[in-house]
Amino acid sequence: MIGYYFRLAFASFRRTPGLGILMVLAIAVGIGVCVVTTTYFHALSGNPIWWKSDQLYAVTLDNWDPTEPADPARPTLPPDQLTYKDAETIWHSDIPKRTTIMYRGYGIISGDGVNGPLKPAPATTRVTTGAFFPMFDVPFQYGKGWSDSADTAPEPVIVISHELNQKLFGGIDSVGRTIRWNDTPFRIVGVLAEWEPQPKYYDLTTGNFDSPEDLYVPWKWGETLNIASDGSSNCWKIQDITTFQGFAQSECVWVQGWVELPNMLARSRMQSFLDNYTNEERKHGRYQRPQNNRLTDVDQWLKDQKVVTSDNRVLVGLAFAFLVVCLINTVGLLLAKFLNAAPLSGLRRALGASKKQLFLQHMVEVSTIAGAGAVLGLGFGALGLAGIRALYAMTATSAHPTGAASLMYLNVSSFVTAVTLAVVATVFCGLYPAWRIGRLQPAAYLKNQ
Amino acid sequence: MLEMHNISKIFRADLIETHALRDFSLTVNAGEFVAVTGPSGSGKTTFLNVAGLLESFDTGKYLLDGADVSDLSDDERSRLRNEKIGFIFQGFNLIPDLNIYDNVDVPLRYRRMSAKERNERITSALDLVGLSSRTKHMPSQLSGGQQQRAAIARALAGDPKFLLADEPTGNLDSLMARQVLDLLEQINEMGTTIIMVTHDIELARRAQRNVHVVDGQISDFKSYETRATESFAAASAR
Repeated sequence: MIGYYFRLAFASFRRTPGLGILMVLAIAVGIGVCVVTTTYFHALSGNPIWWKSDQLYAVTLDNWDPTEPADPARPTLPPDQLTYKDAETIWHSDIPKRTTIMYRGYGIISGDGVNGPLKPAPATTRVTTGAFFPMFDVPFQYGKGWSDSADTAPEPVIVISHELNQKLFGGIDSVGRTIRWNDTPFRIVGVLAEWEPQPKYYDLTTGNFDSPEDLYVPWKWGETLNIASDGSSNCWKIQDITTFQGFAQSECVWVQGWVELPNMLARSRMQSFLDNYTNEERKHGRYQRPQNNRLTDVDQWLKDQKVVTSDNRVLVGLAFAFLVVCLINTVGLLLAKFLNAAPLSGLRRALGASKKQLFLQHMVEVSTIAGAGAVLGLGFGALGLAGIRALYAMTATSAHPTGAASLMYLNVSSFVTAVTLAVVATVFCGLYPAWRIGRLQPAAYLKNQ
Repeated sequence: MLEMHNISKIFRADLIETHALRDFSLTVNAGEFVAVTGPSGSGKTTFLNVAGLLESFDTGKYLLDGADVSDLSDDERSRLRNEKIGFIFQGFNLIPDLNIYDNVDVPLRYRRMSAKERNERITSALDLVGLSSRTKHMPSQLSGGQQQRAAIARALAGDPKFLLADEPTGNLDSLMARQVLDLLEQINEMGTTIIMVTHDIELARRAQRNVHVVDGQISDFKSYETRATESFAAASAR
C-alpha cells in the first residue's frame, strides 16, 4: 500500500504543482537556514579533542594586578596565560602524566630544499616541550617528536608540518634532512600528517581558528636563541624589559601551560601543588590577589574563552524560530490543499478506505513533500555554507589564515540534523491536516463533487 | 438482505434540528431492484448514505446481509462497505487524475488483493461495461455515459452484494440514460441487489419495486406507475 500511496502523492503533486512547490520551498528554506546555522555553530563550538577532553587541563594562575582583574569583562577568571617562570615551575612538577609549556615564536627558515637552496622565508613556529605531540594526539606522517632531554639540552631537532614538508620537499620523507631555523641548523625528526584542530584550543590567544604552526622546536631554544613571543603578551606591571631574560623574569604572561591528569586524584594533587606554589610566591611579594589557580578542562576552557559567543546561540535560536514559521505556513498550505481535495477523500471513504488508511495516505504525501524539502534544504544549506566559506576567504590574510572555513561543509552531523528536522517537520506539518481530513463526513462531499 | 427497523436520523446545526429520517423501516431482499423516489429534501439521499454506511443513525436497527451495523467501529464499517457495497453517483465521481483502469482499481486497493487478482477483476468489470478499450483514458477524455459506465465498473469490480445508485442518470441524456439503465438491469439479473434513488419516473417504472419517501418516512409501497395511474384517474373524475 505504501507504494500506492506514493503514487497518489505524486499524482496529487501534479494536480497542484504550484502549491506543492511552495510547500517544498517553505520547508527547504527553513531547513537550509537551520543547517547553515547549526553547522556554523558546531564548527565554532566543536571540541577537537573531545576523547580526552577531561584529562587535559589548561593551567592558569592569577598573578595579576592587585587592584584590578586581568579581564574586567570576566573578573572571576585569572589571565589566560602564564609567566615564563611559573610555566617552568609547572613543567618541573612530576604530578602530571605530561606537561606542555609553549608559546608562538617567530622564525626564518633557510637551507636546502628538494629543488635546491631555499630562499629565507618566515615560518610560524611553536616553541614547546616535547610532550606537546603525545599530549594533544598530534598525528605524524613521518618520524616522531623529541624526548624530554631534547627540551633541556636543547638538541637541534625540529618537527615540520605536513604543508611545509609539501612546500620544501614535495611531500617526501624528509626526516634526517637539515634545515636552518633562525640561522641555526636543525635536523628534521618528524613530519606531521595533515592536522588542523579547530578551534585551536591549545592556544587561543592569536585567534580561535588560526592554523597550527609550520615548525615546532624544543622549549629551551627560545631562551638559547632569545626568541620571545610572536603571539600575545600581556603585562600589568611597569618593568624595564630589554632582554629575553628580563622578559622571562617579568610578570608578563605569554606562555600557555597544559597538563595531562589521568584521574581526579592527580587533578587534586596538582591543584594543591599550584596553591602551595602561589602561597610561597605570595611570601615574596607576588600573587597579591585572592588565590585563583585553575585547572580547566578543554570543554570548560572553550566556554571560558568565549569561543562560542552568545550571538551564535541567538542565531541558532532565530534559525529554529524561522523554521517553525516556515512549518506553520506549510501546515496552512497543507490544510488548504487537503481540504480542497476533500471530495476525493470522501469518495475514497465511500469506496472502502478507513480513516486510518486515509490518514496514512496523507502522511505519505506529507513525508514526500518533507523529503523533497529536506533534499532541497540540504542544497540550500550547501549553498549557504559555500557563501560563508567565500566570506572567510575574502577576510583571511596570509598573516592570519583562518581554519574555520575548512569546517563549513555539510557533514554527517549536518545531514543527520537535516533528516531529523525533516522528520520533525513531517510530524508537525502532517499530523493535523491528515487527521482533519480523516474526520470529514464523506457523505457531505459525494453529492457535490 | 438489507433490513432497516425504525431508523431515525437527525441533523443538528446550532439550534435547528432536521429530521432526515423518522422511524424509517425497509426490507430489501437479495436480488431485488428497488427504486427510491420522493421530492427534494425528503430524505432519499440520507437513506442511501445510511444504507451505504457513510452516515451513522440515531436510533433504530440496521442489518446488512445479516450483520448488525449499529455498533461497528470505523474500520469494520469501512471493510463492510468495501466488500459488500458498490456506489454509483449522479456526478460519476471518478478521480480526475487517475486513468479509468486506476479508477476501477481504487476499491480493490483497500481490500489488499494481489496485483493479479485486481487485474482480473478490473479487466472483467471494464469488459462488462464495454470500456475495455478505454483503460488508459483519463475521465475527461470520456463522454458522460462512458464515465458513468466506468463508475459502474468501479462499483462492480469488488463484486458487491448491494449496488447503491444515487440519481445514476441525472447527468445523462435520454439515450445514455437508457444504456446505463440497461446495464443496471443486466447487473441485477446477475444477482446483485440494486437500490436506486431517482426522480425519473421512467427509471422508477423499470424497477421491481418502488419506495416513495416523504419527510423522512416511507409514504406507501405502491408502485410509482400505480400511483400515477390513480392520480390520473382521480383527475379525470373531477
